Amino acid sequence: MIEIKDLSKSFGEHKVLDGLNLRIETGSTCVIIGRSGCGKSVLLKHIVGILRPERGEVFIDGQEITSLSDKELDKVRLKIGMVFQGGALFDSLTVAENVGFGLIEHNHFSHKELLERVEESLSLVDLCGIGNLMPSELSGGMKKRVALARAICIKPQIILYDEPTTGVDPITADSINELIRNLHDKLKVTSIVVTHDMKSAYRVGDKLDMLYQGKIIAEGSPAEIQNTQHPVVHQFINGLAKGPITETLECFK
Amino acid sequence: MRDLFINLGQKFLAFLYFFGGLGSLVAQTFRWTFIPPLKKERVFEQAKKAGYDSLPIVSLIALFIGVIMALQTAYQMQRLGSEMYIASIVALSMVRELGPVITALVVAGRVGAAIAAEIGTMQVTEQVDALQTLAANPVKYLVVPRLLALSLMLPVLTLYSNIIGILGGYLICVYKLGIASSMYLQITFDSLLFKDLFTGLLKALFFGMIIAFVSCYEGFNVEGGAEGVGKATTRAVVTTFILIIAADCIFTAFFYFIFP
Repeated sequence: MIEIKDLSKSFGEHKVLDGLNLRIETGSTCVIIGRSGCGKSVLLKHIVGILRPERGEVFIDGQEITSLSDKELDKVRLKIGMVFQGGALFDSLTVAENVGFGLIEHNHFSHKELLERVEESLSLVDLCGIGNLMPSELSGGMKKRVALARAICIKPQIILYDEPTTGVDPITADSINELIRNLHDKLKVTSIVVTHDMKSAYRVGDKLDMLYQGKIIAEGSPAEIQNTQHPVVHQFINGLAKGPITETLECFK
Repeated sequence: MRDLFINLGQKFLAFLYFFGGLGSLVAQTFRWTFIPPLKKERVFEQAKKAGYDSLPIVSLIALFIGVIMALQTAYQMQRLGSEMYIASIVALSMVRELGPVITALVVAGRVGAAIAAEIGTMQVTEQVDALQTLAANPVKYLVVPRLLALSLMLPVLTLYSNIIGILGGYLICVYKLGIASSMYLQITFDSLLFKDLFTGLLKALFFGMIIAFVSCYEGFNVEGGAEGVGKATTRAVVTTFILIIAADCIFTAFFYFIFP
């Protein structure tokens, strides 16, 4: 289980997270929705320990991680796979080296076992036989899939997805959604998906949380969120130009 | 006037921030250097990029510097009728001063810029974050191999550039000024002491460290996109050049006054 209590983080004068609370049950898929720049990726980076908060706590399976040393944090990180928005593949390494990176760094597998694990991960994302290609030779959708293969290769218990369908065509986006759903069913992992693509959110999420002004302002199943009366959530999920979100921005201007 | 003070204050704070950040990176790098495992293949890969791939440009520059030194010294010495001293002046200048400094500046421009741009691009494309999520420390993975490679290769390249520079002087003196080959070589070797070679190579070791640390630091501190990478690369090269010349000044004074 992942539990976040009273998490706050600022960059300069800008308060990105402001006392955020969130609880994600083991084995569920939670989708965090919100406008671009509202702090969704920052939240993910706190869960994986790349960023340290100014205040608050993050519990992964009951272990508080914000006060851990780098060495202790590395052990926690090996339970978590993260898929970055642009893939973040290491462009000096081949696809196979990228996918097997976590294993090469931390485990003493034989070359044969390593290749088997890499191929197994690539086959789970429907990309068999491309291990020798370089990331520059891949399309945007393939890069996201390889990034996903890299995340699952270490056999994580938790997978974090940062905007998995952003920047790909609708057909590829749908196949990525299907992949997230299938991986969740096959590997029984806890997943957190950060997105502003509502189609994707309804498709993959067991539970949706709306992040607004540094806090979770609404939580519910896809059906509950779709039928919500909350004005902010209503404006966001329906993509309306006029509403409380844009009115708040107008006030600031 | 008020703006001038504010501007100066900001510049001073930026200066302190730079040295604080650089100091922190230096401390972390030394710590991670001694924490196993050390992946030798990564050090060799960086050593090839920094050392072997720099050989053509270092050869060319060192040869030109040797030739220029010989011609410039000949201009002075011919007036005094002391052409015999050209060999010793070229050898001492190359080994003690020009060899380490010119090699370091060439490597800073070629390798330091590449390191800042590479790490900067990794930073803006979240590859550095990806390393952390895979429990690979970015300092251990990116800085330690580059530090070891540059600290090892810069003295080697300097030694090589000393030889090529002396060869440049030899070509001018033997084929243009008519000094006997054996005499040129004898004066060269007679004038050089082990101390001269050692001080030059020690400087090269420190220059290699400066290039690695400053370039990596600027790479890690890239903000924004392509423009940020460009600015960081320029900053890395300019800062490295300044620090190399400043460090050379301190070293030269130190060796002159303390170990004359």
